[in-house]
Amino acid sequence: MSGDDLLVASGVTKRFGGVQALSDVSFTIRHGEIYGLIGPNGAGKTSLFNVLTGIYPADAGTFTFAGQSLAGRKPHEVAACGIARTFQNIRLFANLSALENVMIGRHVRTHATVFGAVFRTARTRAEERAIAQRGYQLLEYVGVERRANHLARHLAYGDQRRLEIARALATEPRLLALDEPAAGMNATETAGLRALLERIRADGTTILLIEHDMKLVMSLCDRVLVLDYGRKIAEGPAASVQKDEKVIAAYLGGDIALDLGAHAT
Amino acid sequence: MQMERALPHALINVRHPALARLAVVLIAAALAALPFALASVGTAWVRITNLAILYVLLSLGLNIVVGFAGLLDLGYIAFYAVGAYTYALLASPHFGLHLPFWVILPIGALVACFFGVLLGTPTLKLRGDYLAIVTLGFGEIVRIFLNNLSLPVNITNGAMGIARIDPFRFGSFSFATTQTVGGFTFSGPIKYYYLLLVVLLMVIVVNLRLQDSRIGRAWEAIREDEVAARAMGINTRNMKLLAFAMGASFGGIAGGMFSAIQGFISPESFVLVESVNILAMVVLGGMGNIFGVILGALLLSFVPEVLRYTVGPVQKAIFGRTLIDPEVIRMLLFGITLVAMMLFRPAGILPSALRKRELEGADRR
Repeated sequence: MSGDDLLVASGVTKRFGGVQALSDVSFTIRHGEIYGLIGPNGAGKTSLFNVLTGIYPADAGTFTFAGQSLAGRKPHEVAACGIARTFQNIRLFANLSALENVMIGRHVRTHATVFGAVFRTARTRAEERAIAQRGYQLLEYVGVERRANHLARHLAYGDQRRLEIARALATEPRLLALDEPAAGMNATETAGLRALLERIRADGTTILLIEHDMKLVMSLCDRVLVLDYGRKIAEGPAASVQKDEKVIAAYLGGDIALDLGAHAT
Repeated sequence: MQMERALPHALINVRHPALARLAVVLIAAALAALPFALASVGTAWVRITNLAILYVLLSLGLNIVVGFAGLLDLGYIAFYAVGAYTYALLASPHFGLHLPFWVILPIGALVACFFGVLLGTPTLKLRGDYLAIVTLGFGEIVRIFLNNLSLPVNITNGAMGIARIDPFRFGSFSFATTQTVGGFTFSGPIKYYYLLLVVLLMVIVVNLRLQDSRIGRAWEAIREDEVAARAMGINTRNMKLLAFAMGASFGGIAGGMFSAIQGFISPESFVLVESVNILAMVVLGGMGNIFGVILGALLLSFVPEVLRYTVGPVQKAIFGRTLIDPEVIRMLLFGITLVAMMLFRPAGILPSALRKRELEGADRR
C-alpha cells in the first residue's frame, strides 16, 4: 500500500446463512477523501460497515487501517484504532443529555479509573473538565450546542443526526464512517449536512459515506464504490461511476437497463 | 458562558450556598438526634432503622448494576449472603476465629466482588429477561450451598445457621454494649446506627462520584445502547464486570454489618424474596437516581413496620375489635401501595427529578 492509503479492504467476504452479504469486496480509501459507498437496498453497505467496525467478524478478507490489520478486533478496539461510525437508524443514548452523549464519545481517549473517580484526584478533575469542554466544543461544531442539556431523544431528527456525528468525532477518529446521514432530511438540512461534512474533511478527517441521496453523493464524494448483491460492481470518481452501465442496471433493474442500452444503439 | 451549568453536576450545583450549608447542618443534627427520639418510642425502632439503612446500602449497590448499567439482577441477595457468611465464619466460635471487623469487612467485600465477577462472566452476553433468570438461579444456588455446606465438612453449619457472631469491637470498645457518656445512654443499636450512618454516607459519596464520572457515563451508555457504546470505544465486557463487582462488594459490606448486628445468620435470611424486595426498592424509588433509590429503600423498609404497629389498633378503634389478622392486612396494604405507586409514578418516586429540573433550567435561559 502507498503512504496515501488510510483503509485498505481486500477480499472481504461475509455470509449470513444462505445470504451472501459481501463477496470478495476490495477497495482503498485515501487520506483526506470523502469516499462514497452506494448501492441499492440490501446491497451490503451496512454489512460492510458492521464488518469494518468489528460488530461482525469477516468470513474472509481483511481490513488494513493505517497499516494495522483490523482482523479479529472488537468494536471498541476498532474505535480505539481511530474509526468512528454513526448508525443508519440513529443510535444515541436516548435518556442522556446531548452533552453527555458527546462526553461518552471521549471515553476511549480518556483514562480515569474507579479510583480516580471515587477520590476525585486532581488529574481526574482536570480530565473531567477537558471532557466537558471538548464535548461542548463539538456540540458547537455540529451546531446543536443550544440543545446541550436536552435529552437526546427530545432533539429534532436533524439534530439527532448531527449529535451522532459529534459523538463519533469525540472519539478523535481518523476515519469517520457515516451510515446514511442525510436519510429523512429535507433539502435545507441536507445542505447544512454537506457543509458540515466538507468542514470535517477540511479539518483532516477522512470520511466514508453511505448515502442514498445521489445529488449529495455526486457533489460531495471524491470517489464512489458501488455494491450490488454484496459484490463490487464499480469504483471510481463519482462522475464516471454515474455513467457505468452496470450501475445503471443495478439501480433501474437489469432488463430496463438492457432495453435502454438497446434503444441507445 | 453557560458551560458550568451544562455540566451534569446537578447535585453539587446549588444556587444558594449559605442555605445549602444550613440545610446540611440541620439534616446532620436531625440524623444525630434521631436514634434518641426513636429509642424513646421503643428500642425496636432503632433496630428497624438500622435494618432500613442496611437496605439502603443494598439498594445503592444494586442500583449500580440495575440502575446505572441496566443489568437486571434478581439474585443480588447472594452477595449480601456472601458478605454475611464471610464475617460470620471469621468472627464466631464456629471456626474459633475472631478477626477484627476492619479486617473482615474488606475481605467480605473482596469475596463478594469475586462472586460478582463469577456471576458476571458467564452472563456477559445476556440482557433483560434472560439475565434476570440466570441471576435468579445464581442467588438460589448460593443460598442452597449455604444450606447444605454442612456435610461432609461443616463449613456453614447448614440450615442451623451461625450463632454468637462477634459484634464490632475497637480494642475494648464494643458496639454491642450499652454505655453512658455525659448523660446520654448509647445502647448497642444506637452505636451501630452511627456506624451505619457513616458507612452510608461514604457509599453515597462513592455512588455520586462514580455516576458523575467517565466510568458512570460508560455504564449509562451500556444501559442505553450497548452496540453504540461498543462502537464508541467502551469495553463493555470490562465495564459490565466492573458494575457487577462494585455492586457485589457493596452488598458484601452490608452483609458483614448485618452479620455483626444480628449476631446470628442462617440461609433463611437470604431468600429470593429479599432480592425481589431490594429490586422493588430500586425501581420504586427511581432507577438510576441515587436519592430516589434511598427514598425507595427507606419507604419499603418502614411502611411494613409502621403498618405492623398501626393496623391492629386502628381496627380496634373503628370496629371495636380486630376483624382481620393484622399480618394479612399489612401485606395487602403494602401490595396495594406498590401497585398504586407503579401506576401513578411508573418511573419511580424520584425519576431523576434533579436532572429534569436541570433540563428545564436549561430551556429557560
